[in-house]
Amino acid sequence: MIKISNIYKSFEQKEVLKNISMEFNKGETNLIIGRSGSGKTVLLKSIVGLLEVDRGKIFYDDRDFTSMNLKLRKKLRQEMGMVFQGGALFDSLTVEENIRFPLDMFSMLSSAEKQKQVDFCLDRVNISDANKMFPSEISGGMQKRVAIARAIVLNPKYLFCDEPNSGLDPETSILIDELVHQITVDLQITTIINTHDMNSVMEIGDNILFISEGEMCWEGNRKEILSTDNHKLQEFVFANKQYQKIRDDKINE
Amino acid sequence: MNIFNQAGKYFALMAKVFSRPERHSLYVRQTFNEIENLGIKSVGIVAVISVFMGGIMTLQVAYNMINPLLPTTLIGLGNRDSLILEFSSTIMGLIMAGKIGSNITSEIGSMKVTQQIDSLEIMGVNSAGYLILPKIIAVVLIFPLLYILSVFFGIVGGLIVGPAVGAVSAADYLSGIQFGFNPYYVTFSLIKCVVFGFLIASIAAFFGYTVEGGAFDVGTASTRAVVNTSIMILVSDLILTQLLL
Ligand SMILES: Nc1ncnc2c1ncn2[C@@H]1O[C@H](COP(=O)(O)OP(=O)(O)OP(=O)(O)O)[C@@H](O)[C@H]1O
Ligand SMILES: [Mg+2]
Repeated sequence: MIKISNIYKSFEQKEVLKNISMEFNKGETNLIIGRSGSGKTVLLKSIVGLLEVDRGKIFYDDRDFTSMNLKLRKKLRQEMGMVFQGGALFDSLTVEENIRFPLDMFSMLSSAEKQKQVDFCLDRVNISDANKMFPSEISGGMQKRVAIARAIVLNPKYLFCDEPNSGLDPETSILIDELVHQITVDLQITTIINTHDMNSVMEIGDNILFISEGEMCWEGNRKEILSTDNHKLQEFVFANKQYQKIRDDKINE
Repeated sequence: MNIFNQAGKYFALMAKVFSRPERHSLYVRQTFNEIENLGIKSVGIVAVISVFMGGIMTLQVAYNMINPLLPTTLIGLGNRDSLILEFSSTIMGLIMAGKIGSNITSEIGSMKVTQQIDSLEIMGVNSAGYLILPKIIAVVLIFPLLYILSVFFGIVGGLIVGPAVGAVSAADYLSGIQFGFNPYYVTFSLIKCVVFGFLIASIAAFFGYTVEGGAFDVGTASTRAVVNTSIMILVSDLILTQLLL
């Protein structure tokens, strides 16, 4: 479980996050949604500590992350995995070396055990025959999957994904969403995903935080989202006419 | 940008670079990779440039010796001392600032803008230490070796060009390069090389690590890294020469 309370963050004069509080549950896919530029990435980066918040507190299972020193944070980070918007694979390393990197850095496993874990993770994200390829030689969807494999190789307790399916076709997007959802449920981890993709919201939105211009506007789950009476959220959700139709069908039923 | 601000950030980064590594074995492996990538791959250009410069300086010394009473052995000696004192250390340093420096800045800079550095940080890796320390160690180790190679190839260059154009006989050239040899000059230059090696790797890494933006900014950072390193090399050359010679 991750809890954030009263988070503020600004860059110079510009206030990007204003008083955001939320609980992200374990074993669920927690979504942060909002328009482009609403502050999703800044919020996610603040939660993991890549950005320092100006005010507010962040708790990882009751451990106060905001007051930790660098050493304690580094320790805690070994329990985190993160998938970045562009994948952020190390382009000088092969697929297999990318996934093994966290193990080489932090685990005491023998190299046979490491190999087993790498193979397990590759299998988990349905990748085969790409072990020796470099990131530049595989497709964007595959890069995302490799990034997911790398993020879960140390059996994290917390998984963060910044727009895991941006730039992917709808079919692959759904596969990636399902993959992250499955991993979250199977491993009982706390997952936070940034997205502005309504398909993802309807597929895997167990617990949703909607932010608009850096302010929290709404929270709920995918069942509640279509019947919302929050205007800003309505604008966001029904920008795609398809969902208007789904809602109207539901009402008529 | 404010120069003191920049210098402060540079020293803060260096403090991060020199903090304790998570896994020594990985750092050692990286260092060997960097020695190959930055060092071995520079041998060719060092050899070519040094042969040419040795040849050119031999000719310059020869043409400037208009007084027939001066022994032609001075030609070899002149070339040798220019190489040992300035060319193979300082001029080579400036050339390496361009070659090795821009390589380091663009590599680290692209990792920065594609969030590979954030990835390392999220894993709990000290990204500055892991990426930069092996490069600094590698360049500090190899630069003195490149210096020795450069002196050697520069002398060979003079030996080829001098006799070929009839400026000096091979025998006079060879006895010239052995005449009045002061080993302290070499020690002095090796010290300079260690300093230059550190400046080249650390300043280039600093500009790469602090890039914000995209590919364009990485290009700008590379240029700025080379310019700043070159200035720092010349400034430290001036200081070291005053202090040590
Ligand atoms: N380092 C920074 N310095 C200054 N302003 C920033 C910085 N990072 C983000 N911002 C600003 O914060 C706001 C929110 O940006 P953010 O990247 O979080 O948006 P986002 O919701 O992730 O959008 P997208 O869906 O396009 O990724 C933007 O207006 C952006 O200009
Ligand atoms: Mg974003």
